[in-house]
Amino acid sequence: MAAQWNFFATRNGIITVGAVIGVLAPLLQKFGNPGNMGICVACFERDIAGGVGLHRAAVVQYIRPEIVGFVLGAMLAAYLFKEFRSRAGSAPIVRFILGMFAMIGALVFLGCPWRALFRLAAGDGNAIFGLLGLVGGVGLGVLFFKSGYNLGRSQTTYASVGWLLPLVMLGLLILMLLFPQIPGKDLSGILFYSVKGPGAQHAPLLISLGIGLLMGVICQRSRFCTMGAFRDLLLFRQVHLLSGIIALLVTACITNLVLSQFKPGFENQPVAHTMELWNFGGMVLAGLAFALAGGCPGRQLFLAGEGDGDAAVFVLGMIVGAGIAHNFLLASSPQGVGQYGIAAVVIGLLVCLGIGFTMRQKV
Amino acid sequence: MSSTIDARGLSCPQPVLLALQAMKKIDRGPLIVLVDTDTSKENVLRAAASQGWREEAIQEQGGEYHITLTKASL
Repeated sequence: MAAQWNFFATRNGIITVGAVIGVLAPLLQKFGNPGNMGICVACFERDIAGGVGLHRAAVVQYIRPEIVGFVLGAMLAAYLFKEFRSRAGSAPIVRFILGMFAMIGALVFLGCPWRALFRLAAGDGNAIFGLLGLVGGVGLGVLFFKSGYNLGRSQTTYASVGWLLPLVMLGLLILMLLFPQIPGKDLSGILFYSVKGPGAQHAPLLISLGIGLLMGVICQRSRFCTMGAFRDLLLFRQVHLLSGIIALLVTACITNLVLSQFKPGFENQPVAHTMELWNFGGMVLAGLAFALAGGCPGRQLFLAGEGDGDAAVFVLGMIVGAGIAHNFLLASSPQGVGQYGIAAVVIGLLVCLGIGFTMRQKV
Repeated sequence: MSSTIDARGLSCPQPVLLALQAMKKIDRGPLIVLVDTDTSKENVLRAAASQGWREEAIQEQGGEYHITLTKASL
């Protein structure tokens, strides 16, 4: 049977996807999302954790429709193009722990790889340390891959296994419709809503959901992955995914300039701190965890949408990790790293290194 | 000399790593790579092209791809 041609899997396709994201994310900020955070998978999953009460950091509680859209859009694309395949069983507990520490590292930096790029594209110099840390963490992961690191095989399983995370996301959307935000109130039914801070800043629901769905579709088709871009460069000298990342950075920068959202500097950047070492260190941890798990947080959502139960476990690990990060004072704020954030990064690195060293097969 | 790599069930980047290792070992091929996702298929084909290998045939069977690769003639 002839293979189906996929434009989005070509070089022009991945550049197109990067450019589309680079335009839409700053637009989401214009429509109401937090500063330099048009889309941040880690921050938005953290907000979802707060929205369902897994943590009580009052300023970051909101069920972000973009995340719902990412998963459901990827599922839609996977079904449309006959790529939905339920699979699971590749070291789920390891993926959960990697997801937890990936989130903790990201919240020490204050952003996922997508947001690191958007912060840089809006002029936030602190993002440079985060991106260097990301490359460093991915580089460590590459060393493990070269020495035989492998999480083992997944198995094809019941279709319902692959539906579970999309159903969780659909459930969150339904809860949001049942218990909508009430102006000035921090609780609506069972959902928490921020009345101030980043969690209170959001684009209108339908716009967020629509853009999330579109991104879910095009990212599933293109296999867009920010971590993978650096990994493939370091491991295979391939620049395919990196070309999408560069397109995202350039178009986001241009869009920010057009929208007057570009403000270069290090101090007083939105939802950011200036502790260079821990901007770097947090993302070393996140980058290593993403590399060991095989994808950036966005990619894990798209994989979960196309039926990958192991990616779904990573996503759930990230959401629980957000709860831990805020309940145990690990997450940073614009004032700097949380009280126990540095200890958490050190512990996370030791755990990830332990996973990397002990899960290697002779090749 | 031919070789078969079973990369089914392995997540990114394992299929590409295994395929590249096999390409180094068997010189000209043919090399058969078994994968079970479209992403792995695309990644393996892209990596093969970067090493001067070409796709001889792709067969789909029950959601799995059997990719036959050979070294492109110089």
